[in-house]
Amino acid sequence: MNDDYTMMRQFADSWGLLGMLLFFVAAVVLAYRPAAKKNHDDAASIPFKEND
Amino acid sequence: MIKTSTAVTVGVAAFLVLLAAALGTDSLFRVHAWIVFLVLAIATIVLLRQSQAVTALAPSEGAPNQYMDGVVRYGVIATLFWAIAGLLVGVLIACQLAWPEFNIPPYFNFGRLRPLHTSAVVFAFGGNALIATSFYVVQRTTRARLWGGDLAWFVFWGYQLFIVMAATGYLLGITESREYAEPEWYVDIWLTIVWVAYLLVFLGTLVVRKEPHIYVANWFYLSFIVTVAMLHLVNNLSMPVSLLGSKSYSAFSGVQDALTQWWYGHNAVGFFLTAGFLGMMYYFVPKQANRPIYSYRLSIVHFWSLIFMYIWAGPHHLHYTALPDWAQTLGMVFSVMLWMPSWGGMINGLMTLSGAWDKLRTDPVLRMLVLAIAFYGMSTFEGPMMSIKAVNSLSHYTDWTIGHVHSGALGWVGMISFGAIYHLTPKLWGRTALYSLRLVNWHFWLATLGIVVYASVMWVSGIMQGLMWREYDDQGFLVYSFAETMAAMYPYYVMRMIGGALYLSGALVMAYNIYKTIRGGAPVVAHVPAAALQAAE
Repeated sequence: MNDDYTMMRQFADSWGLLGMLLFFVAAVVLAYRPAAKKNHDDAASIPFKEND
Repeated sequence: MIKTSTAVTVGVAAFLVLLAAALGTDSLFRVHAWIVFLVLAIATIVLLRQSQAVTALAPSEGAPNQYMDGVVRYGVIATLFWAIAGLLVGVLIACQLAWPEFNIPPYFNFGRLRPLHTSAVVFAFGGNALIATSFYVVQRTTRARLWGGDLAWFVFWGYQLFIVMAATGYLLGITESREYAEPEWYVDIWLTIVWVAYLLVFLGTLVVRKEPHIYVANWFYLSFIVTVAMLHLVNNLSMPVSLLGSKSYSAFSGVQDALTQWWYGHNAVGFFLTAGFLGMMYYFVPKQANRPIYSYRLSIVHFWSLIFMYIWAGPHHLHYTALPDWAQTLGMVFSVMLWMPSWGGMINGLMTLSGAWDKLRTDPVLRMLVLAIAFYGMSTFEGPMMSIKAVNSLSHYTDWTIGHVHSGALGWVGMISFGAIYHLTPKLWGRTALYSLRLVNWHFWLATLGIVVYASVMWVSGIMQGLMWREYDDQGFLVYSFAETMAAMYPYYVMRMIGGALYLSGALVMAYNIYKTIRGGAPVVAHVPAAALQAAE
């Protein structure tokens, strides 16, 4: 039990933390890269596409 | 479209519950099983009668090219019903705190009614609002019919059964005593089944979507469904004493149990009461304002940062306890960091109205939605502040916490749900407009006044309470006994009850308005009267 904790804690403090940080940074970069602007404008208009 | 097989299935379930009522090992379990049996037996009779009638009628909305809105209509009505029930119990327990004579032992004591109130407003009112709007939004933004056919109906009725089981259990005294997760093990298992069905309906609809991109509101709804499933499973890990008994024991003990409960408890706030309702915000605010969201990119960053941070904030409920100091600090730091995504989301919602602020003068529904966002901003500012240990040493265990919760629940969750229902009702029932915008205006002001009274009274009472608890005399003795602090809070408790009653009366005005809209009373012209406009200036 204790060893499980130590192992998980070590992973969380190292690769887990780095992995989550990179994922988050990638999400922000993808959202704000200039080429994505048109896609996002299209996505924002989805609620107005329905036909009712 | 009710098939006879559905009626038979419910009938068999009723019979099995009847067996449980006969064989239960403790009397509470037997009484609870009798109640569930009665509910299921009545449901069987209703289903049988309807399945006979259906053969004569053409199915009204069975066509696969139509949106499945019947379940959303039921959801809207259930949301309203539970809102009024939950708020009414809230006013009642506020009376009990001011005047203990309102306690009627044993079934209607404060200790049993308080979880009834919290579960009724959070899970019955909030949960039905989330299920109904998520079913509506996911269909409209994917341009696909709900996946799974009648599974959506199972989710709706199964969830109502969960609410009835939880509520009757509380009154009987069946409880796990876990904050916001009081139902016992068998009710938890039933909710798990319903929730998995909910996840399947939602995911299935996303899979068969006709719109390539998944609109951001669905991300928030999906994260709410998935995270609540995870929280529910871990928090309720327990061992029943008997398979036919009402008692179980948690898998956790001591400080681990406390942390598990608040990991669950705070994320119930974060993912049930925040992420899910943000899904509502990202759909209904643009729709009602008739403008796309201010920044779609910001909404993506809002989503990921909220998801990454909320899950760590729970330990701030356990400051100055046996929880290790580093865990308390971790909870505090993540809570303070939550300021950023929360305010990013608030700005995104508010700025959607940029260039169209004049609509607030003429559209009370939009005003309601915007007030909700303002309260989202306010209570997500107050929360991180209260999680700071120095502030928490004054605020913890006092009424300040209650005030904070209610500014979030009444202001954010309540108002965004009401706004969404006002938006939905004319569309769902094919009416051109709401019965009366004037009544929406009344609801808006009654509710706003109620929240302001409630929150400000609880600030005063909570800070006073905290200061009285920590008051020492020059010899190191506590100045006030606990009973003295209670007596000092009496006037605030009365005022709090009035604030809650104002909010409840607003909800009653809404129920009347929605009823008249559905019954198709002549729609009132969609403008606020000129006199009211001038008064607003």
